[in-house]
Amino acid sequence: MNFKLISVIIGMALATFITRMGAQVIFSSTGMPVWLEKWLKHVPTAFLTALITPAVLLPKGYLDLSFNNSYLLAGIVAAFTAYKTKNVLTTIIVGMAVMIAVSY
Amino acid sequence: MEKDIAYTFQNGNKLIWKEVLKDCLPITAGIVPFGLTCGIMGRTAGFSAFEITFMSMTVFAGAAQFMAIAMINSGIINWGVIVFTTFLINLRHLLMGASLSPYLFKQPRILQYLLAFSMTDESYALTINRIEKKGYDLYYQLGVSFFLYIIWTSSTFLGAVLYQNIPNPLEWGLDFVIPLTFLVLLVPRLANRNALLVALVSALTAVLGALYLPGKWYIILAAVAASIAGGLIEGGRRNEF
Repeated sequence: MNFKLISVIIGMALATFITRMGAQVIFSSTGMPVWLEKWLKHVPTAFLTALITPAVLLPKGYLDLSFNNSYLLAGIVAAFTAYKTKNVLTTIIVGMAVMIAVSY
Repeated sequence: MEKDIAYTFQNGNKLIWKEVLKDCLPITAGIVPFGLTCGIMGRTAGFSAFEITFMSMTVFAGAAQFMAIAMINSGIINWGVIVFTTFLINLRHLLMGASLSPYLFKQPRILQYLLAFSMTDESYALTINRIEKKGYDLYYQLGVSFFLYIIWTSSTFLGAVLYQNIPNPLEWGLDFVIPLTFLVLLVPRLANRNALLVALVSALTAVLGALYLPGKWYIILAAVAASIAGGLIEGGRRNEF
């Protein structure tokens, strides 16, 4: 067993936990300020968009807005499917099918 | 309150578990390739199967783990550097935790710790979606978080044990399942002009950030910029009345 490695892992675990628990600790005594609550409301939408867009527009690390980008094509079709069906499984199947069809 | 908890345990559990499974299973297909890759990369970088599984069990943060494995693989085993980089990569959780705070404050301390420990991008996304549709449910968040925890740790272990026998899991194309799931969670949120604008600001910032910033900074930058934009529009509009 490599103790240096284990101590790095434990340090990482603590650092991660601090980021996950931080908000509750900071606001546990004061409560959430009203102005902050107003813009935290938008975090989910902003966050989901921030996770999706680079995965679709920069799948290989550089901006690719061409039709050769199978992630972009699949993403557009999947967005339409998501809008129509609101169903995760259907959207995944359609999205993956388009990506596979375009790639091969 | 105690009666409520007992009631949920007895009667709500089956229903909640069905919901948890239904929501988690699709995204599981996207997480397994990353877990396997984490195990394989860990072994390649010189971790034992125990060490890399221990990392997944205690850290439970994919992006930070991949960064640490890559650093260790290239010979950087500096405690301070790796731990501080982990902290920076995971700073986005601060924002996610803050947005869930109104619900988390109401839970007992020990559960707050458990929920914080197990909060990931994926479980956060599923939980806010549940809040939007049916309201917050403690057992839903716990269920989703720990279901994904078990998937992450066991696929890391599998990858670590079978590492010479699995062809690169990230080339299966299944990694795209996670953004596709997020897409289904996002689309219904774009029902009004404010939300569309928030998404637009976030998308532009995220693309620029992904192009010019290292690591996962684009997520924090985009989330902060877009949330502030959303808050400002709303504030401005309220003053008009």
